[in-house]
Amino acid sequence: MQDKILELIIRTARELGEDELSLGGDLDADTRLFGADGVLDSMGLVTLIVAVEQAIEDELDESVALADEKALSQARSPYRTVSTMAEYAADQLQGG
Amino acid sequence: MSSPVTLITGTRKGIGRHVAEHFCKKGHTVIGCSRGESDWEDENYRHFIADVSDEVAVKKIFSAIRKEHGRLDILLNNAGIASMNHSLLTPVKTVQRVMETNVVGTFLFCREAAKLMKKNKFGRIVNFSTVAVPLKLEGEAAYVASKAAVEGLTNVLAREFAELGITVNAVGPVPISTDLIRAVPKDKIDALVGRQPIKRLGEMDDVINVVEFFVSRSSDFVTGQCLYLGGV
Ligand SMILES: NC(=O)c1ccc[n+]([C@@H]2O[C@H](COP(=O)([O-])OP(=O)(O)OC[C@H]3O[C@@H](n4cnc5c(N)ncnc54)[C@H](OP(=O)(O)O)[C@@H]3O)[C@@H](O)[C@H]2O)c1
Repeated sequence: MQDKILELIIRTARELGEDELSLGGDLDADTRLFGADGVLDSMGLVTLIVAVEQAIEDELDESVALADEKALSQARSPYRTVSTMAEYAADQLQGG
Repeated sequence: MSSPVTLITGTRKGIGRHVAEHFCKKGHTVIGCSRGESDWEDENYRHFIADVSDEVAVKKIFSAIRKEHGRLDILLNNAGIASMNHSLLTPVKTVQRVMETNVVGTFLFCREAAKLMKKNKFGRIVNFSTVAVPLKLEGEAAYVASKAAVEGLTNVLAREFAELGITVNAVGPVPISTDLIRAVPKDKIDALVGRQPIKRLGEMDDVINVVEFFVSRSSDFVTGQCLYLGGV
């Protein structure tokens, strides 16, 4: 599941592309998304989260909230890298 | 450009139904919802049965809009309930229902709508307040509090959504004869109308006029405003 979501996040980010995310280069599982050295500003993060939520809904037919209070208040933010985001999304899907 | 996709809450009856019929006539693709089945139809209209405060049901509406139309241009958060009672006689359940419908409902629809609207960098949201807020009407504490919250949401969301090309405004009607105010005694309504600079009941078309102004493409520099009818 996590691999599938990882692939989905990377694809979604690529589709959003340069204009919407202002990504410097291409990204992979270890790309730092948000926080220190992150490639996204806060609006970029919001855009990516929303697009990933929608892609999960379209492709897996499941509704998931990736931006809940828990995620935002976690000391180790689940949005650090592409793979931590995928891990978090997979957890949310299994838990909810 | 193809016809606008317009989502209106609370379209079974009252102002919401009237506004929905108006935009259907103008050729918009109109999506509406209410807790009950709608008893009117139009070739441009699709009805969803949903309580605006039910997140799961609301998300279903948006996912249907996304799949069928891929976009949303206009959102009118009309669904609302009132409670006309002295606060000492108002059960907490009533307060909760009013808050859930008017505040949580409006919040949810704004949030989900902005996710769709931001794709096209265009959106128009109009929320529904009431002159009862500036007039601080006695006997409507929960209702006034909920609509004051709607105005607060309007102001903050206008700022948050500005960079997404979405405007967020509110209209504040005076009493209009719908089921919402049917239970209010006539002398109370007369007294209220007497406090308006322009002393008459509101009409559906008064609301439509303001909504049309806010949703117009040319109103892209108008956001975070609450426009009261009747000069209040
Ligand atoms: N009429 C006035 O004098 C006046 C004055 C100032 C402001 N307003 C505002 O204008 C708006 C419309 O009022 P109105 O006079 O048209 O009221 P209304 O005649 O009572 O109609 C309310 C509509 O909202 C729907 N609704 C209520 N609760 C809902 C919920 N939880 N989820 C989904 N739909 C819901 C109702 O359908 P269901 O019952 O099927 O759910 C109905 O279609 C409200 O926001 C109100 O506060 C009205």
